[in-house]
Amino acid sequence: MKNAIGHELDQQMLARLGLEAHLEPERKDTATLQQRLQKNGKLMSTLEEAIKAAGLKDGMTISFHHHFRDGDYVLNNVVAAISKMGYKDITVASSSLSNAHAPLVQYIQDGTVTSLQSSGCRGKLADAISKREVALKQPVIFRSHGGRAAAIANGTLHIDIAFLGVASCDPLGNASGTNTEGESMCGSLGYARVDARYADKVVLLTEKLAPYPNLPASIPATDVDYVVQVDAIGDSSKISSGATRYTKNPRDLLIAETAAKAIMASGYFQDHFSIQTGSGGAALAVTRFIEGEMAEKGITADFALGGITSQIVKLHEQGLVKKVLDVQGFDGEAARSIRDNPAHCEIDGNQYANPFNEGSAIHQLDVVILSALEIDTQFNVNVLTGSDGIIRGAIGGHPDTAACAALTVIVSPLIRGRIPCVVDQVGCLITEGSVCDVLVTDVGVAVNPNRPEVEQRLKAAGLTVKTIQQLRDEAYAVVGKPDSLAFGQEVVAVVTDPKGKALDVIYNVKI
Amino acid sequence: MELVKTGMAGTVESGDILVEIEKQNASGVDIQLDSTVMGLYGRRIREVIQETVDSCGVTGIRVTASDKGALDCTIRARVKTALLRACDSQDYGWAVK
Repeated sequence: MKNAIGHELDQQMLARLGLEAHLEPERKDTATLQQRLQKNGKLMSTLEEAIKAAGLKDGMTISFHHHFRDGDYVLNNVVAAISKMGYKDITVASSSLSNAHAPLVQYIQDGTVTSLQSSGCRGKLADAISKREVALKQPVIFRSHGGRAAAIANGTLHIDIAFLGVASCDPLGNASGTNTEGESMCGSLGYARVDARYADKVVLLTEKLAPYPNLPASIPATDVDYVVQVDAIGDSSKISSGATRYTKNPRDLLIAETAAKAIMASGYFQDHFSIQTGSGGAALAVTRFIEGEMAEKGITADFALGGITSQIVKLHEQGLVKKVLDVQGFDGEAARSIRDNPAHCEIDGNQYANPFNEGSAIHQLDVVILSALEIDTQFNVNVLTGSDGIIRGAIGGHPDTAACAALTVIVSPLIRGRIPCVVDQVGCLITEGSVCDVLVTDVGVAVNPNRPEVEQRLKAAGLTVKTIQQLRDEAYAVVGKPDSLAFGQEVVAVVTDPKGKALDVIYNVKI
Repeated sequence: MELVKTGMAGTVESGDILVEIEKQNASGVDIQLDSTVMGLYGRRIREVIQETVDSCGVTGIRVTASDKGALDCTIRARVKTALLRACDSQDYGWAVK
């Protein structure tokens, strides 16, 4: 067959090349920009319309992000709509689940949701899972943040439809977590960006449509299928709560101060170093105690990574941290800074912590400070299950960063109430002891025997270094040796390592 | 010591235990325990309550305890105080012997 100017397009040649012949002339839309924005095919008038347009079917996997942490409205509202529309057997794969998601209990009971995949789980939903008050058709799969990004990228976790709340978005889907003011500003959309890129269909929910083009965008319009305006996506005042609070607790501050001393003596506190502080009051507070030393000795960090707080922003704005790599904002200051400071860079979950790619930022980490619910005498850490065996935390980036940082510092009080935090064996294995180097408690520091050089440096600096067995004994001397918990026979969750291999299982608790 | 009323001691604050002691018709010590650390320390808390009651030489009582992670020393103090109050006694035995 011939084209418009009479050249032969040989069918057999095209077939070999996998091409089709262009036959119909293009007809273009001559409406004005403003007219086209009004009638564009992505903008849906209701959430229900967007759900239908995206082609949701029973049995599909839908995803969400947790950038609003306890202030998230999107997951509950979307699942409520899906339930009302009669869909069943849905897998919810959120980057994490928080106290805000207690309503999921009801949607598991009515059969709308039958599987969960997440970084963590808290509150009533976690209680119901651990106590088997809800019947999921398979155990929950818990992944680290890096593990989730990798699983999405390599297809292990296939997302049919991603429902992502964004602070601002134009009618075509250019979306940002910061290009706005007020309650819905969450800062970085790092985890959401992975979902937006790899999900089959992407639905964005926003409170206020921004004029086109809403750039710079965290999520580009080319990754977005549908946009829907809703009343509210989240309350950003609840982002900085719980694990991301700004601590004034004197014990947390004592631990943070000791951890800062340990870092400064470790051999890794040098000009051009890199650092991440994980969630938890003491861990986040460590920067407050290295700030003075950095300024005094002229030591600057090339980058700070991770969940970003006002404390990191302060160092950045003082010139002590050159670049901030932000996968998730932990408070309003982080959101403001990512908008205002050009060297405060938003990165996605893969750039943050993909375990298979040496280019991800965790592979360039010198120091990470991480919290623990409990740590055992092998330095194994649990951040997911409580002392009663019930799920009550999140893996987060714990094992990702611990496995890559040159120096992994675990901070924990010796006891919390009557609960010992240094124990014979953790209740759930999240991060292996082989990669946890230093434990800092309120009564002393212990160094992993596989890091004798670090132990020497801390001792030389005059820190109170004990063996981890000594710390356990001190804990037990106060609270007594705990009995073993009695668990049921059912596996309610599986914990994977960053590379996707099963690391541990969580059994139901006996009520 | 003889119980003359219901005795209470302690609070429901974290790290404390609220103990209520009253007479019961049956002999022995009936312990009703609710604890935030039941799995790890429930057995030990009962043991401490029992030992403390026994050391006071009392029997035929019900102990209702709501524990918020109290240490053994706190549990002993609360149980002993609740018992003394139930017996309307101020024989605390504080003096150095």
